[in-house]
Amino acid sequence: MKLARLLKTIFMIDFAAGLLIAVKEVFKSKKTINYPFEKGQVSPRARGEHALRRYPNGEERCIACKLCEAVCPAQAITIESSEREDGSRKTTRYDIDMLKCIYCGLCEESCPVDAIVQGPNFEFATETREELYYNKEKLLENGDRWENILASNIKADNPYR
Amino acid sequence: MNSLYILFNETYKILFLLIPVLVTVAMIVWLDRRVWALVQKRRGPNVVGPFGLLQSLADALKYIFKEIIIPASSNKVIFILAPIITMTLALVAWAVIPFSENLVLADINVGILYLFAVSSLGVYGIIMGGWASNSKYPFLGAIRSAAQMVSYEVSIGVIIINVLLCVGSLNLNDIVLAQKNMWFVLPLFPMFVIFFISALAETNRPPFDLPEAEAELVAGYQTEYSGMMYAMFWLGEYANILLMCAMGSILFLGGWLPPLDIETLKFVPAPIWLIFKILFLFILFALVKAIVPRYRYDQLMKLGWKIFLPFSLIWVVLTAGYLLYFNLLPVQT
Repeated sequence: MKLARLLKTIFMIDFAAGLLIAVKEVFKSKKTINYPFEKGQVSPRARGEHALRRYPNGEERCIACKLCEAVCPAQAITIESSEREDGSRKTTRYDIDMLKCIYCGLCEESCPVDAIVQGPNFEFATETREELYYNKEKLLENGDRWENILASNIKADNPYR
Repeated sequence: MNSLYILFNETYKILFLLIPVLVTVAMIVWLDRRVWALVQKRRGPNVVGPFGLLQSLADALKYIFKEIIIPASSNKVIFILAPIITMTLALVAWAVIPFSENLVLADINVGILYLFAVSSLGVYGIIMGGWASNSKYPFLGAIRSAAQMVSYEVSIGVIIINVLLCVGSLNLNDIVLAQKNMWFVLPLFPMFVIFFISALAETNRPPFDLPEAEAELVAGYQTEYSGMMYAMFWLGEYANILLMCAMGSILFLGGWLPPLDIETLKFVPAPIWLIFKILFLFILFALVKAIVPRYRYDQLMKLGWKIFLPFSLIWVVLTAGYLLYFNLLPVQT
């Protein structure tokens, strides 16, 4: 037993076997995706970039209840509201500091009208800090752009809520 | 006027050698990362340029535009000098590498000695960098690196004696020509293996990358370096690896000689053969990096002093005895 091990060490049998395995692995198919050109699957529950949604008639969903602002553990959300001419309460300001945000999803969970949601987009890196202070226009624009996916994601997740 | 001409001529020759070497170093970094990735079934850098070939160039550009931070408590002169010395020494050694019978910058009679001396000096860059940083991790990394490189140089020296016994000359071109009938890798195979492993240790490659073992020493002697100075350490390291591959192919794989002494194989230019052999050795380096776990420090020292050194010394005696007994010692011309 001891001699066998000694011979194995001297002739580097294990090393040669390892080298052979390494060479074999080179020709096997890759386990990673070619990221910027090929994307992985994103779960409908993914908590990515925020968006403010609208009703199909174009009216903002947000009713300025400020539940999201209250629940936000990072205090990243700032909301100001006022009464509109037709008597409904609407936000005049809806800011999210994306740098403070911890992407916990509590705002989405607390929202009674499914206005603030977190979409599947995770590729919103910017070159400056200022670009990540999102305001109401930016969030509504996100909502308009991702509405189809957002709606279907909420629908897919609905039975589990 | 005449001296000016000689100056220009020499500068031209040096640039003709240096620029391909630097480009190859950049390519070899890419190759290293790619082989490593392929063994682990990843893709590796493949975005910049065709197959990601220009990745190193992009990295170098990034390093140029980064800020160089010099620690307040460091010894500034030595701190700046260290990466310059590492890189210069790694490139200076290429002067004696023969790419073909005539294509060699400095065909000096003690070529192998010069090569050995310059590659041994490389440790100074690392010690200076580690010491001048005036910080604990670089210092510990530099101590480890110095101990490791010094101990493995001893066995490399003894291995070189083995080859010299068979050649009878210190000139690198003579060493290559002596392998015309048989490459030294066949009769001296155990020495080739030990040379390869010692070369891994000498260039701080895995599994002997203790000086920069990130789990213990952050990044070893490079910890305090940033920007272009870090990139110079990095270039010097890879130039050293390439140099060790060239040394291995000249000592054991017949340098610029084709594998067989046939006319058709001589059709391929001599430098191409050398480049092929260097690349082969480098791919082995890269594969080893991917498959072998890091050695412990005491294991490293034990391997160097208690196994490699006695074994290569015994082999020197055996080679000398064999050559003497069968009267095969090379005749001094």
